[in-house]
Amino acid sequence: MARAQHPRSILQEWLPRLVLAPSFAVVLLFVYGFILFTGVLSFTGSKLLPDLTTWVGLGNYQRLFNHPNWWTALANLGIFGTLYIVICSVLGLGLAILLDQKIRGEGVLRPIYLYPMALSFIVTGVAWKWFLDPGIGLEHVIRSLGWESFSFRWIKDGRFAIYTIVIAAIWQSSGFVMAMFLAGLRGVDNEIVKAAQIDGASNWTLYRRIIIPLMRPVFLSAFVVLAHLAIKSYDLVVAMTDGGPGTATWTPALFMQKFTFGRNEMGMGAASAIIMLMMISAIIVPYLYSELAGGRRT
Amino acid sequence: MTATTQQTAVRTGALVRALIYALLLLFAVYYLLPLYVMVVNSLKPLEEIRQGNMLALPRTWTIEPWLSAWSTAQIGVQPTGLKPYFLNSIQMVVPAVFTSTLLGALNGYVLTKWRFRGADFVFTLMLLSCFIPFQIVLIPSARILGLLGLGGTVTGLVLIHAIYGLGFTTLFFRNYYEAFPSELVRAAMIDGAGFFQIFRRILLPSSGPIIVVTVIWQFTNIWNDFLFGSSFSNADSQPMTVALNNLVNSSTGVKEYNVHFAGAILAALPTLVVYIVSGRYFVRGLMAGAVKG
Amino acid sequence: MRRFLLTTAAIFGLTAMAHAQEVEVLHWWTSGGEAAALNVLKKKLESQGVTWKDMPVAGGGGDAAMTALRARVTAGDPPTAVQALGFDITDWAKQGVVGDLGEVATKEGWDKVIPAALQKFSKYDGKWIAAPVNVHSTNWVWINKAALDAAGGKAPATWDELVAVLDKMKANGITPVAHGGQAWQDATIFDAVVLSLGTDFYKAAFIDLDPKALDSDKMVQAFDRMAKLRSYVDDNFSGRDWNLASAMVIEGKAGMQFMGDWAKGEFLKAGKVPGKDFVCIRFPGTQGAVTFNSDQFMMFKVGEAKRKAQLQMASDIESPEFQSAFNVVKGSVPARTDVPNTAFDDCGKKGMADLAEASKNNLLFGSMAHGHAAPAAIKNALYDVVTRHFNGEMDSKAAAKALAEAIAAAKG
Repeated sequence: MARAQHPRSILQEWLPRLVLAPSFAVVLLFVYGFILFTGVLSFTGSKLLPDLTTWVGLGNYQRLFNHPNWWTALANLGIFGTLYIVICSVLGLGLAILLDQKIRGEGVLRPIYLYPMALSFIVTGVAWKWFLDPGIGLEHVIRSLGWESFSFRWIKDGRFAIYTIVIAAIWQSSGFVMAMFLAGLRGVDNEIVKAAQIDGASNWTLYRRIIIPLMRPVFLSAFVVLAHLAIKSYDLVVAMTDGGPGTATWTPALFMQKFTFGRNEMGMGAASAIIMLMMISAIIVPYLYSELAGGRRT
Repeated sequence: MTATTQQTAVRTGALVRALIYALLLLFAVYYLLPLYVMVVNSLKPLEEIRQGNMLALPRTWTIEPWLSAWSTAQIGVQPTGLKPYFLNSIQMVVPAVFTSTLLGALNGYVLTKWRFRGADFVFTLMLLSCFIPFQIVLIPSARILGLLGLGGTVTGLVLIHAIYGLGFTTLFFRNYYEAFPSELVRAAMIDGAGFFQIFRRILLPSSGPIIVVTVIWQFTNIWNDFLFGSSFSNADSQPMTVALNNLVNSSTGVKEYNVHFAGAILAALPTLVVYIVSGRYFVRGLMAGAVKG
Repeated sequence: MRRFLLTTAAIFGLTAMAHAQEVEVLHWWTSGGEAAALNVLKKKLESQGVTWKDMPVAGGGGDAAMTALRARVTAGDPPTAVQALGFDITDWAKQGVVGDLGEVATKEGWDKVIPAALQKFSKYDGKWIAAPVNVHSTNWVWINKAALDAAGGKAPATWDELVAVLDKMKANGITPVAHGGQAWQDATIFDAVVLSLGTDFYKAAFIDLDPKALDSDKMVQAFDRMAKLRSYVDDNFSGRDWNLASAMVIEGKAGMQFMGDWAKGEFLKAGKVPGKDFVCIRFPGTQGAVTFNSDQFMMFKVGEAKRKAQLQMASDIESPEFQSAFNVVKGSVPARTDVPNTAFDDCGKKGMADLAEASKNNLLFGSMAHGHAAPAAIKNALYDVVTRHFNGEMDSKAAAKALAEAIAAAKG
């Protein structure tokens, strides 16, 4: 697009690529090289450390898909990932729009929304666990306020526990998404807005037809950030439920960590990682291509 | 991002505004609740926590847990508190954030303003690298660090964090520069400005907001990372999170929750400061962009 | 005298060598009591001129430390000594990366004073590779004395008596069993329940992993007992940390807790006295037998320069003074059976006597829940089934069948 058409030195022609090359090279090795290595591992019977001499073919994959915990983990990722990404995006955009209405005290509210991202889940997980615990947290407090029949015990119930993890995860990252959208909204050209207002557009129409469509690149960034956090959701689960009650809140990341490092089944762990990567690519790559193709202005 | 002004031109009525304020405050409560739990319990004696009500205000106020978490809590064999680990973390985070942000900015610049055949492919590959679960790169990375003689060093940690941050920093800058008017770049080229000159004189000065976003993101992730921090450090370079984890996740000993919460807030202070301070620059950066635009 | 020696050493340029005398220790003993106990060892080593470089990584009952260890070994830079449990030691030994403590062990006669059940883990291929620090036994019951008195006052010695006491406690309006619903805690109770159905059964099912014992009527009975115990826990048990469960017993809100001897520390820290405020007994029906887990320091292959300090450390760990001093603080009992019990409290004394007796009668078994009966893969496969059953996801018959299947799959 901006390729120089003017006579330039060879150095100038190659400089951009040279600048990009080291980053690209390390990513090739440290990401794609290691993925390849993991792929190889997944066909071996590696236990404690990589062991390339024990070839088991597809054995690990067979065991993986026969393992009840893996199916639980996949189902949970589906529930968790969808709710988390959708709610965070909607909430983030919503809060950003609200906060963009010349709000007094924005300087106070913004860091309040944003700060959870700054905290490590090693401990905030404990705070959430306590807060959601019926015996000592929310339920206890509301009951002691007089509403005796109030009941909120999702975290103790295998059918609902995954949703409490969604609640905590949204708490952690929706503020960051809000900040991304806020930056996007502040970048909207007010001339466009004013023009639409002169045409008599209501606020609703204004946002729906003009402003939100302009947020397209922000949606891409938000999606990438959120999908990345959803798939890697590990700390959070460990701190809040460690996979419980029973095995109800296992996620693929937890599965991989537990098998690779806790259960000394590195081969199985690698197989689960490969499946995870395949799922990620299946979702991200098409999205990315449509975005890149659609978003290009030539 | 040229004609930016800070405030939106959208107008709202009084009733709607009241509703907006109510909603915003409601969400503020949601975001503050866990912090409240942590702060309140960090100011109670352990005895009071044992007895139950986690949401009640302390009956006896104490700052003992804070002092303990900072300087006398048991982290390893010695009761050092979190204090000595701060420096380790800073030494690791600052260079790693700087390197990955700078490289991300350059990558984003190349990928948008010096497009070459295959640029999108390169970008896609870099972007996908964001999604790699760090657990799978642990062992091979350790091998490479070992071969480079960087096992257990701060340099090794910086290197690893910088590498695995590249995907995100590149994404952020690429999306930002994508919207930056190419005409300015082209005009500068015609004036004979070189690759780095254009970057430094034209793009960098208006990159304030995206630098802030990137720095926040990288700083938080690296500061809070546990897996790499615990695996690629040795006795002298263990970062803050490992110390915090040692404080909190002790196995069969007595759990001092009040100290844990105090420690957690202490450990998060640098990131909190980055958030609060940069929150201001966030806006200021955008305004600067508007003036120059 | 010491200063004189140091000065002399400095004069003769020996400081460089003295500096090389260091041990880097990877461990997860980071809570106050544990670290204080370990500090005894550190001080001892320092008095012998060995520097202690501390590398604590807590979390997941050692999982995080084992993860870090993989990275360190892969990078070719293993720590000198690493805290490790049971089959993990054997697994590392198989990788050919551990050291050899033969000289010290032979000289000090470890073979004679350390129970054979522990040696199974401390030795690989006939060679000493790890120095055991302690023995935790897991089949304990911690009972609130006042609650027990209100329920008849007699500590239960059989399953039926246990059920009777629990019923009375329930009638008295307290939670009979304080429990935290985490997989390892569920499994800790399961260990005791299986053991209470017979030591032969425990051995067949958990040590020999005999499929016939795993999917047997007796195993169904074990799961039935778990279901029975489940009816005595409160509604909020799920996910609770073990020490908060202990607190319930300490406060008198709950009657008893089934937990390893580390729970004692919580009681002592709260100012409770064994025999007066709380009672420690073996899980009903398991008196005479002990399920254990043992913390050991496994020693890695390090260069000749560091080996001297490593052997010194191993020797210090097995010294009776350290064994006593450490275990008094930690709540466990010494790994050597010849350490005097004078410094220990009543529960500690009972623990030591039980251990010696069980060891003598070959009734000292590795704990399945704590990775001393079978390797990690099998232990965790058992966790999955036990915790699922305990949370009501399957009935006892299905659980026994699932257990046999899961363990067979994990063996593969």
